[in-house]
Amino acid sequence: MMRGTSVSFNKWFGRSWLGLGYFFLYVPIVALVIYSFNDSPIPNQWRGFTLKWYAALAKDQEMLAGLWLSLKIAFMTACGSVVLGTFAAFALVKYKRFFGRTVFSGMVNAPLVMPEVVVGLSLLLMLVSVQRALGFPERGLFTIWLGHLLLGMAYAAVIIQSRLQDMNPQLEEAAMDLGAKPHQVFWLVTLPLIAQSLLSAWLLTFTISLDDVVLSAFLSGPGSTTMPLVIFSRARLGLNPSVNAVATLIIVVVAIGVVLASYGIARTERKRQREMADATRH
Amino acid sequence: MNALKPLFTGRAFVIAVPLVFLLLFFLFPFFIVGKISVSEMDNVVFKDVLTYTDGVLSLALRFNNYIFITEDALYFKTYLASVKYAAATTVLCLLIGYPFAYFMARAKPTQQPALLMLVMLPFWTSFLLRVYAWRGLLTEGGWVADTLIALGLDQLLYSLGLISTPGKLMHTPFSLVLGMTYSYLPFMILPLFGNLAKMDLRLLEAAADLGATPWTAFWKITVPLSKAGIIAGSMLVFIPCVGEFVIPELLGGPETLMIGRVLWDEFFSNNDWPMASSVAVVMVLLIIVPLAIFNKYQAEAQERAR
Repeated sequence: MMRGTSVSFNKWFGRSWLGLGYFFLYVPIVALVIYSFNDSPIPNQWRGFTLKWYAALAKDQEMLAGLWLSLKIAFMTACGSVVLGTFAAFALVKYKRFFGRTVFSGMVNAPLVMPEVVVGLSLLLMLVSVQRALGFPERGLFTIWLGHLLLGMAYAAVIIQSRLQDMNPQLEEAAMDLGAKPHQVFWLVTLPLIAQSLLSAWLLTFTISLDDVVLSAFLSGPGSTTMPLVIFSRARLGLNPSVNAVATLIIVVVAIGVVLASYGIARTERKRQREMADATRH
Repeated sequence: MNALKPLFTGRAFVIAVPLVFLLLFFLFPFFIVGKISVSEMDNVVFKDVLTYTDGVLSLALRFNNYIFITEDALYFKTYLASVKYAAATTVLCLLIGYPFAYFMARAKPTQQPALLMLVMLPFWTSFLLRVYAWRGLLTEGGWVADTLIALGLDQLLYSLGLISTPGKLMHTPFSLVLGMTYSYLPFMILPLFGNLAKMDLRLLEAAADLGATPWTAFWKITVPLSKAGIIAGSMLVFIPCVGEFVIPELLGGPETLMIGRVLWDEFFSNNDWPMASSVAVVMVLLIIVPLAIFNKYQAEAQERAR
């Protein structure tokens, strides 16, 4: 009897804790969306429904230019991060011993936690020194990309690494035994098996790059203002309905993208497991 | 022998590409920062530490910035405040996040992917915009501000010294810590969940069979076994919070100086690059121990996963 009540209490307590936690996580997002339709210049005082902030957004040259630049950088960052992250993850999972491995793994993980102001400042000062000596690179798209790549690579490496660790090494060994060359093993066996982690890493690094303020602020030059920098400079001054409208659009796109991607990943994963099960049965 | 050769070069290539990238763009820049932190400003640009003029090689090292940082009470206070706010955020994230991750991990296995996805989703939507959202919620007229004031909780926050005037929640230590806790909570939940979900539940059954109450079993078995998750989560929250810039800038106020903002102002407002570099060097020294702990546990977790 005692036990029964404590179990149901635990269940009730656990559910409320989770419910409150999700409430806490989602309240700001819901508020952002609701107030983007608010017909008042002060976004947190409701005065009626409107779409005028969205209409204004379509003519907002500063924001649109920022968005275009951000999308370009995010695309380049996602691609570069997945390539570098795959290399780093491979080096850490497949090669247990090499000179400088500890330093290497430390450097791969450090950008995950290193305050961005430090990373941004140091990368900028180095690039300025290089520019003084060689005349390039100019601050702009390329330098922002380098900064984002550093951050993106760390996230990509973590995601791909955990997938590589879960992978059955016998599959690669079997391919080797059957005479496949290392590069063939990689392209024909390993890559298809880690493909979904590459997709997750691509999407995550894309959104990280699309969202970054601090690194972009240090590494951008005149005329290369990314969308988060535009948003940040407006948000600093106070509440701004245009920011709410942009936020809503981003949230909608990301939510659709993430849900579709995870649905696709779950489906291919089930298919793959079915095929594996079939293959081992024969 | 011939068969081994391409393998070896492939291996060297796989390691070399990310290694060179990181050495060049991550490690090397820190040495540049160190160098610039001891150089002087020359009008708008900083001077080289080593100069070679008229056949004379001169080395000018200036530790003025460091002396200034140690002597000026403001810097010391700011570093202290940064560590204090980061620590408070870490504790709050742990208090909210541990039970959260625990109940997630004990939910039905069929529900877990959805629960995990719901934690990840805010993490995918813009960090900047979610911080900005709190500004709307906490300024006068915002939902959260109205609710807290209606419940009289602003009086409680005031008596705790977290806000300086009852009824005004924005630009206070309260809004700062709330914003940081909110933003970094998923970083605490995810490693904890990963850890707790893998736990062998038979250990708890064994403890119950031996007469332990669920509460004792929790403290003697679950918590010690999740130590790695606690440490990883805490470091993932604490280290970036020490140098956080966006949240103190948008949600903090004049009384909540944090070191990330000081660095930013030295660089962007005062254009004092050597001073900004010195602030950065001292910040790195401040987080180097937590960083080492984080790396150690990260490496161990990766070893164990194998």
